[in-house]
Amino acid sequence: MAVADLPKPGNDPHEQIVLTAVDEFLAWGKENSLFYLLFATACCGIELMQAGGPRYDVDRLGMIPRATPRQADLMIVAGTITHKMAGVVRTLWEQMTEPRWVVSMGSCANSGGPFSKWSYSVLNGVDKYVPVDVYIPGCPPRPEALIDGVMALRERVRRYRTMGVRDRDPHVVQGADCRFGSHPGKPEPQA
Amino acid sequence: MNGMTFEAIAARIAQVCDEAMVVRSENGQPFVRVPAAALPRVAALLRRDPALLCDALMDLTGYDRLKYPGNEASPANDAIAVVYLLFSQQHHHRVMLEVQAPRALCSVPTVSGLWPAALYFEREVFDLLGVQFVGHPSLERILCPDDWVGHPLRKDYLYPAQYHGVPHLREGQHFDGAPRRQGDPEPTPTPAPTKKGHP
Ligand code: SF4
Repeated sequence: MAVADLPKPGNDPHEQIVLTAVDEFLAWGKENSLFYLLFATACCGIELMQAGGPRYDVDRLGMIPRATPRQADLMIVAGTITHKMAGVVRTLWEQMTEPRWVVSMGSCANSGGPFSKWSYSVLNGVDKYVPVDVYIPGCPPRPEALIDGVMALRERVRRYRTMGVRDRDPHVVQGADCRFGSHPGKPEPQA
Repeated sequence: MNGMTFEAIAARIAQVCDEAMVVRSENGQPFVRVPAAALPRVAALLRRDPALLCDALMDLTGYDRLKYPGNEASPANDAIAVVYLLFSQQHHHRVMLEVQAPRALCSVPTVSGLWPAALYFEREVFDLLGVQFVGHPSLERILCPDDWVGHPLRKDYLYPAQYHGVPHLREGQHFDGAPRRQGDPEPTPTPAPTKKGHP
């Protein structure tokens, strides 16, 4: 059927209505407006800022940084978390409104990273304090890896909004550079 | 505008403190070592004397002398040393002071009355090395959490195994050659390596 043969929208109101599931529509809106809480504590934060800059521009995915947890759907923990800071992470997470999502960015937030062997003060993984939905390995992960993780998270947001299913097992971004230590979820190489 | 030479400053300090000692660090940097009891006197002189006028406390730090190889001028001991780096913006000269405090009763008079910058520096040295600065208005931890146990930069500091119930290593995690943590077995003593020049 050629385009010209398609019925033209007329004045009949029935012809101007799009029928879709409200849930699908809301999910579409939600997954395209994942506002994130800036939680950059160390060098990974630079890469997070880079992801927000003009070259990678996560704004085009509807991701706008928020300075307060009350307005954020998503918390990106980018950087080293010390034992002293861990309580702050927990408090901020508790202040976010449900449904809340957490992305752990970089080896430090995943597992303590380069500090896990020698440090007395660094927390070995932010998942000891808050539930993590997506792990992004790397020291630091490139912005592409962050965007990869966010795309996986959007999938989860849509499933949650349309089907009410909240995946409990964390997603691990694969193929990212992971130089320091292991991270949960990725199988150890067999010796 | 050139200030006094180090020798002149050291001679001036020696006038108020007989026990002041000029020592050279391993890399040749000269400094003045004074006993803790004489520190208020020496610090006030350096701060107020019009010829010295060290108005800037550039840094106040410390180190643990345990395991530190001794030499003639500074024999090996297990004291905690506190180091003051002073600079005169008026005369453009600088001087380094060192005070040693015994490990067990580790206390040094505060200099925060002369240099308010010392308020934070002394809290840091207290936090990490456990030096009590007598007369400091609020000597609290500044880097570690308030309920932290021990002073991490002491060389005999034993790493904690957990903090607030969170263990220090992830499940099944193990590192070869990692520092000993609380609850780990005592290491078997190995003969100390002998290095030329450091008996
Ligand atoms: S993972 Fe690496 S880059 Fe990221 S905060 Fe830790 S040390 Fe820095």
